[in-house]
Amino acid sequence: MYGLGIAKGFLLTMKVFLRKPVTVKYPEQRLKQHPRFRGEEFVWYEERCTGCASCAKYCPLGIIKIVTHPGDQKPLEGGFYDIDVFDIDIGRCMFCGLCVEACPYDALFMGSGFEEGQYRRDDLIITVDRLRAAEKHPSTWFRPQLEDSGYDPHKDSPASWEKVGRENWPFHLSSRPPGPADSDEGAQE
Amino acid sequence: MPLRTEPITINIGPQHPSTHGVFRLRATFDGEVILDVEPVFGYLHRGSEKLAEERTYTQVITLTDRLDYVSSMINNQAYVLACEKLAGVEAPERGMYLRVIAAELQRIASHLVATGFLINDLGAFATPLMYCFREREKILDLFEMLCGARITVTYMRVGGVFQDAPEDFWPALKTFVKEMPIYLDEYEQLLSENEVLLIRTKGVAILSTETAINGSVSGPVLRSTGYPWDLRKADPYELYDRFDFEIPVGERGDNYDRYKVRISEMRQSIRILEQCMQQIEPGLVKTDVPLLLRPPVGEAYAHVESPKGELGFYVVSDGGVSPYRLKIRAPSFINLTILRELVIGLKLADMIVAFGSIDVNMGEVDR
Repeated sequence: MYGLGIAKGFLLTMKVFLRKPVTVKYPEQRLKQHPRFRGEEFVWYEERCTGCASCAKYCPLGIIKIVTHPGDQKPLEGGFYDIDVFDIDIGRCMFCGLCVEACPYDALFMGSGFEEGQYRRDDLIITVDRLRAAEKHPSTWFRPQLEDSGYDPHKDSPASWEKVGRENWPFHLSSRPPGPADSDEGAQE
Repeated sequence: MPLRTEPITINIGPQHPSTHGVFRLRATFDGEVILDVEPVFGYLHRGSEKLAEERTYTQVITLTDRLDYVSSMINNQAYVLACEKLAGVEAPERGMYLRVIAAELQRIASHLVATGFLINDLGAFATPLMYCFREREKILDLFEMLCGARITVTYMRVGGVFQDAPEDFWPALKTFVKEMPIYLDEYEQLLSENEVLLIRTKGVAILSTETAINGSVSGPVLRSTGYPWDLRKADPYELYDRFDFEIPVGERGDNYDRYKVRISEMRQSIRILEQCMQQIEPGLVKTDVPLLLRPPVGEAYAHVESPKGELGFYVVSDGGVSPYRLKIRAPSFINLTILRELVIGLKLADMIVAFGSIDVNMGEVDR
């Protein structure tokens, strides 16, 4: 019979009309984000960072800028490099996460937010001061140790640098600060 | 006294809601009947092939996400398969299963977009599209669990996938696989017998098998003509020879058959997903391939069955850290070439539907 197909369609529409809506009213209600979500607000642990700039090299867009100088103790004697500049220009970032994958020391993590709207492009650059001051809610993306511990950046309190690393790596086992010999072992290709 | 008439040329696009991106058509009409169509594209050209020449092999994966942005997982898969062939590595079994799961989920998502926008082009503005997007959101949520992103996934790596699926992924996938056939029945109830859809699509824009093969058309558009050509069966890559599934084909190659083939293909994808969940075993997900890959000098071509057709990546290596040349065989681009054959003699409104039923993605056409 002509028109039966449309009637069947309307029947479905009525059925769906009586269902609970699948949408949420966004700013007030939010959907649950998975802890692996790759978001803005990069999390950086200065205690772990050696300034090797692996992240800057692996960034496909080259938006990470790192400037270092040797610290008080000489690097060959086990001293750290001090980091002057660690700028991430998230105005051009595409959140692929390759920087996090490249970091051999578990110092850089993706963030968990997504509401970083700014009026000026310059404000989109995450400077080293902002990274230092930020609350650290790291995403568990490419950090299996963090995922195994059940950390959820949207619920739990900020994670400290002792909690986030892969401590069974030879570099982390020794108590002294990292030297060049250790960093060769710890670094991936 | 007879009126003097002459054909008129009309510009459609590039900014047009039914062009699926930025696409321009120069169409010549006699009254309302199409005499000639000349597609003009390139508005979305980003030079992905050239950009790839100065990025490392791993960094190129981020570019492939952006070719066909509604099936980025399958673009990833085709590229990493080409690189694996080039470098002579093979992914571990669990990694391959995860890739197949991701690819089949993405195929469902892409077909949902195709179906939804086809109905959108028919004039049913947004309502059936929202039905399709309801399920697509669930797939994108699964991707968020799997790899932290929804569209630009960058999930696969040369030699596997970057990380194993989280614990809560499997129950969510199970729920999805159980519910999806019910939703597919809903679409069929809503659309398959709808008289308006039947009038507008049945017997409109018929494509013959000969024309399709001459135009090297692939994917659902070719299968809708009744020719069962699917690379998953014809040249099984990854683990597709282990799964039991069928190739749905159409009968006449009209708009309706193209819609029907996509719906049936989604059902087959669910079958593959079910078998994947039964067969997958614990193990490594990635072989030890360095992030900075240096494949030996040589060249490799790998093709996969993307939701649009045969997606191929041809990679040439000169032994360096980045590809010497990357050529992408984009199915959308090649399927678009038969639009002229399809629409000559039809009315303007039918051309929009025919264009929608080919399911091109301008990000892939222009690359």
